[in-house]
Amino acid sequence: MTPAPRGVTLRGVEKRFGAVTAVAAADLEVRPGELMALVGPSGCGKSTLLRLIAGLEEPDGGEVLIGERPVNDVAPGDRDVAMVFQSYALYPHMTVAGNLGFGLRVRGTNRAEIEERVDRTARVLGLQDLLSRRPGQLSGGQQQRVALGRAMVRDPGVFLFDEPLSNLDAGLRLRTRDEIAALHRRLGTTMIFVTHDQTEALSLGQRVAVMDQGRILQVGTPDAIYRQPANLFVATFVGSPPINRLRLSREADGSLTGGPFRFAPERPLDAATLAVRPEDLAIAPQGPQPDITPAVRQPDSTATVLRIEALGSEQRVHLDGPADAAWVVRASPSVRVSPGDPVHISVAWERTHLFGPDGSRMGPAPRPIHLLRDT
Amino acid sequence: MRRGTRAMGERTWSMPNGTRAARMLPALSTAVLLGACLVMAAPFLWMAATSLMGQLEVFSSRGILPAAPLWSNYPEALTAQPFRRYFLNSLIFSVAVVAGQIVTATTAGYAFARIDFPGRQKVFMLFLATMMVPVVIVLIPRFLLIDALGWIDTYQGLISTELVSVWGIFLMRQYFRTLPRELEDAARVDGAGPFRVFLGVALPLAKPAVATLALFAFIDAWKNLLWPLLATRSMEMRVVEVGIAAFHSTYEINWPYQMAAGVVAVLPIALLFLFTQRYFVRGIQLEGIR
Repeated sequence: MTPAPRGVTLRGVEKRFGAVTAVAAADLEVRPGELMALVGPSGCGKSTLLRLIAGLEEPDGGEVLIGERPVNDVAPGDRDVAMVFQSYALYPHMTVAGNLGFGLRVRGTNRAEIEERVDRTARVLGLQDLLSRRPGQLSGGQQQRVALGRAMVRDPGVFLFDEPLSNLDAGLRLRTRDEIAALHRRLGTTMIFVTHDQTEALSLGQRVAVMDQGRILQVGTPDAIYRQPANLFVATFVGSPPINRLRLSREADGSLTGGPFRFAPERPLDAATLAVRPEDLAIAPQGPQPDITPAVRQPDSTATVLRIEALGSEQRVHLDGPADAAWVVRASPSVRVSPGDPVHISVAWERTHLFGPDGSRMGPAPRPIHLLRDT
Repeated sequence: MRRGTRAMGERTWSMPNGTRAARMLPALSTAVLLGACLVMAAPFLWMAATSLMGQLEVFSSRGILPAAPLWSNYPEALTAQPFRRYFLNSLIFSVAVVAGQIVTATTAGYAFARIDFPGRQKVFMLFLATMMVPVVIVLIPRFLLIDALGWIDTYQGLISTELVSVWGIFLMRQYFRTLPRELEDAARVDGAGPFRVFLGVALPLAKPAVATLALFAFIDAWKNLLWPLLATRSMEMRVVEVGIAAFHSTYEINWPYQMAAGVVAVLPIALLFLFTQRYFVRGIQLEGIR
């Protein structure tokens, strides 16, 4: 029987390794039964945060709670968590059955129950025919399943995944991602999934926490993270191709200008960054019939096509502009442009972002005062 | 270019790079290795030849091979003293030392490799420093220790001070450090305490190093002469090495008997080496590279 899922709460958790702060005052609330994706670049502290939850690292400050229980002083094995490691960490000297049953044997579970639970887990994961094999005799995908099974067999309150897909090839990674999502739906257990792959985080997580330099920068649904990034780092880190940016500087009259755009900010700013997702731009070839593409009715700027990535369902058009920026547009394959073509650019201003000098989001950019075309 | 097609007057050193050297190198290295093997094997061959000679023939100048092999030297040598008892004592001594060193080296090596405790590095350096102290320097303190305990001429006296090997601790520490930490982390999350992690995960994975340690410890104990000579007095407690040395008295040396006993004493070690060469090599690699 699957136990009731437990939430995980971090209150001001800190971890230092010598002079390096791996995790700085982390606050996080993972709800019972939620699949939380923890994403950030390499070395941002996300794996350390997971190890702090597992009890494999001791926090230098703050409190870790699993369910309602503070677990700072509780051994990893008594925290009701199971962990799937990046390297799978299967015991090479044990068979698959031995690996699956190790945690139960350590806890003194009787032999009949161990066999029953190992068999049940092996059936769920399709490992029945591999039970007598050793990890060295398994493929990467099979090892991954055993690692998953070793976590499942104990029916833990919380699953922790430390980049478990990073050693798999692209196809298997997609399949395993779907399987983890299906497993979460079936078990309803709390899962915390660490990854450096933002696509993986957005597609798998019910909510996503973005980390950088030991800090949790934003926690929210994938859509909120993508559509309303809290700061420039989140906006840049999340999304592929990355969000387009343009540096804006202050003019003598207090307006902000960058390339062809000029804005009147609501409050005075020394500098700012305009950011716009590739799908929030539209392009159309310049020429005698500029309105050939209905999306570009009011061109905001112009640029030249540098190169095109034709991906079948869409095309990514790389531009040498506006101004000294190099924006990418996600366009329909029906837009007929070629490298070297001059194009009109239209911006969906209501979906743009304006970030202040400290990188924090100030809201969507206001409509430009004057459109400086053909710069 | 082939030798037969080389133009007249063309110099050897103008051939494509390394062609001649590449041909010569295997032959040269084989010759060097054969020479080294001969140097290493010569004392053993000499011992075997002497074991089949008569007392006077040993000192004759007619050669190093026996004129007519005296196979009777073997049963006579082995019955001249209670060698059956000596072999049993050697076996008890060696096996006990192996067992003891496996326990102390694996636990201490694991602690030095994995457990964070204050002064770990300093204590380890102190351990290593003792490897620089010649064995003979500590013979007297060891003797005084077992004498104070009333353990002279007993198994516990013979064995107890041999149970810890700093070399073994070093070997095991180096090996444990090569094991992936994630395996131990996984065991901890699975609910294993430190001792269970050590016994259930780290130690089984360290089998190759334990085998190497056991092999070296067994050989060291088996061929140990000085300590058993000091720690034992009666013939009942003598080990093989001491028994062999006993053929060499103040007024008489029976070289053929001594060599015959020597050949028999070497046999278990030689057989062991034949079947476990890879562990020897691994031990030397672990000790030398890291």
